[in-house]
Amino acid sequence: MAEHNSIWEALGFRKASGVGEAGWGRTLFVAIVSLIYFLPVLFIIFTAFKPQDAALSVPPTLSPTSFFGLIPDKYVFTPTIENFGSVFNRSMTSGGAPESTGFDRYFFNSIVIASSSVLLALVIGTLAAFGFSRYPLKGNDTYLFIILTTRMLPAIVVIIPVILMFRVVGLSGSYTGIILLYTAFNLAFTIWMMKSFFDELSLDVEDAARIDGSSDMKVFFKIALPQVVAGLAATFVFGLILTWNEFLFALLLSGPDTRTVPVAMNQAVSSGGRGTDWTLLAAIETLFLIPVFLVTFFLQNHLLRGVTFGTVKR
Amino acid sequence: MSTIEIRKVTKQFGSFTAVKDADLKVEAGEVVCLLGPSGCGKTTTLRMIAGLERATSGDVIIAGQRMNELSPQKRDIAMVFQFYALYPALTVGQNISMPLHSEGLSKADSDARVMKVAQIMHLTEVLDRMPNQISEGEKQRLAVARAIVRDPNCFLFDEPLSRLDVELRHSMRGQIKEVLTGLSKATVIVTHDQLEALTMASRIAIMKDGVIEQVGTPHEVFAKPVNVFVASFIGTPQMNLVEADLQSFGDGKASVILAGQSLSIAADPAVSRLKPSKVTVGIRPRAFSTVQDKGGDTIAAQAELIEPMGAETLIHARTSSGGDIRVVVPRDKRVKVGEALHLKPDPRQTHFFGEDGKAVRA
Repeated sequence: MAEHNSIWEALGFRKASGVGEAGWGRTLFVAIVSLIYFLPVLFIIFTAFKPQDAALSVPPTLSPTSFFGLIPDKYVFTPTIENFGSVFNRSMTSGGAPESTGFDRYFFNSIVIASSSVLLALVIGTLAAFGFSRYPLKGNDTYLFIILTTRMLPAIVVIIPVILMFRVVGLSGSYTGIILLYTAFNLAFTIWMMKSFFDELSLDVEDAARIDGSSDMKVFFKIALPQVVAGLAATFVFGLILTWNEFLFALLLSGPDTRTVPVAMNQAVSSGGRGTDWTLLAAIETLFLIPVFLVTFFLQNHLLRGVTFGTVKR
Repeated sequence: MSTIEIRKVTKQFGSFTAVKDADLKVEAGEVVCLLGPSGCGKTTTLRMIAGLERATSGDVIIAGQRMNELSPQKRDIAMVFQFYALYPALTVGQNISMPLHSEGLSKADSDARVMKVAQIMHLTEVLDRMPNQISEGEKQRLAVARAIVRDPNCFLFDEPLSRLDVELRHSMRGQIKEVLTGLSKATVIVTHDQLEALTMASRIAIMKDGVIEQVGTPHEVFAKPVNVFVASFIGTPQMNLVEADLQSFGDGKASVILAGQSLSIAADPAVSRLKPSKVTVGIRPRAFSTVQDKGGDTIAAQAELIEPMGAETLIHARTSSGGDIRVVVPRDKRVKVGEALHLKPDPRQTHFFGEDGKAVRA
């Protein structure tokens, strides 16, 4: 694995390389397109910091600062962090101590459920993918296809049998149930992704290891696995994003104690009878973004790195 | 004893026969090169010896023990791969020490062995680097270092030098030969480069289409090729193989009609056993003398293309019947394009091949 030149790179920051070969014109163009992509996210983050009235004003307020008078006052809002407080605690209209909204619990649930199911799928899926890649069965492709069929149907189609099955075995509303379900759904994706990474590796290296006295287990852990770290990272991030954002299964299969953030968000917004609380919603969403953002950020070096490490020229 | 033997080994992939009834014995301290064009089954043969492929039939015997069913890690062999097959996630030092793990050595013993081998292969400077941070030549030396760090039954090399540039290949050839001489193990080297085979091997096994055509010392396969294929494969420039009509044989000379010309050339006494028939006459490009006069028993041809090769000059000449003959002459002999040549085959350097392509020899 490459050495890290500084602590910053080790933490995932890339080396600042300035404007590269493409030149200023193209760089600027890409920057503008990226900004357009990022605008909705930025708007949500800003909304999370807006007071209630500023969030609903027409025309919308766009900036927390006037940039030394550059932006007219009517587009400027005064940032507040009140919304983030009300994500976790609701002040009572009847007075008295604020009541917990339970969102700390829901965030905990989301983190535990998403990470454990993705990790579980990664462990099982990587082993399965290596098997499919190196020790093909008779009709290998058929099995791989069958695995993929689990992802062909929309969730809404399979949800009814799944609910029935969960009810019979008593998994509804439990952590085990929802984690198993997400694991099963991530498995198909993980197996296909990891198999393609394993297929890319040079078999000579593994043959060499066998001749040098390694068992099949050692070949897998010491030789093959270190070469697909980038693939593991990519699969982990994609799986995590899918699972983190999943709504339908979580809505129908999680109980009050195992509710995840997307489900809780839905309820927080639609209950109360005062219409949608946009600033509260934006605050939840902003907090909801942070974990996935951090994971992706710290794994980006692995995501960007090539799959093979250049010891084998093809 | 460190020996390798394969007996009647056949490998089939589906209906395709990659190797057919291969017999080969490699004694301790002997280096045998498997030489042949791409796809002739030489690498498959090597992989069967290593245990990476199972032989469909026949026996693989290493160090006197039949090993057909044994997995590679139990055969106690060392192999160098064509693309080096270095462990990408391990440092150079760890790459070398990897084969030692299965021997249960202490850390100090293992380190000492690694250092010793690294010194032999000039890798001490780069022990802490990763395989993708070293040069092509160092990768090659690392692949060899990893093979010789243990004391295996035998060594297998799969096209070890094919990825190096000419200069590096030259020096590595010497280095590998030196290392192998010091180890006195049975060694099999697969190569498609005849120069590599001729320089490194004690014996050469020439393969074609899955069949071992001839096994012999470099001198033998060059001087006494058993058939047309071996004759054309060994030696640069290629041997001239000219179709001819054998008329009669007498007094150590065969009368043939060659390229439309009747001539009498020195031939092996065994040629006398042949009835008048079509034969192939093989003459090496260096086994001609060019003579001034037309005279008797020369082949008339016209120089068509001239390729200076440094010390010598290669002339492509065309006979009156349109055949192409390659002739190598010393550098100081000036020949112009279009010049008429009279080529006299040197006695005792002609090869006669019968209609079946086999050499006719006593």
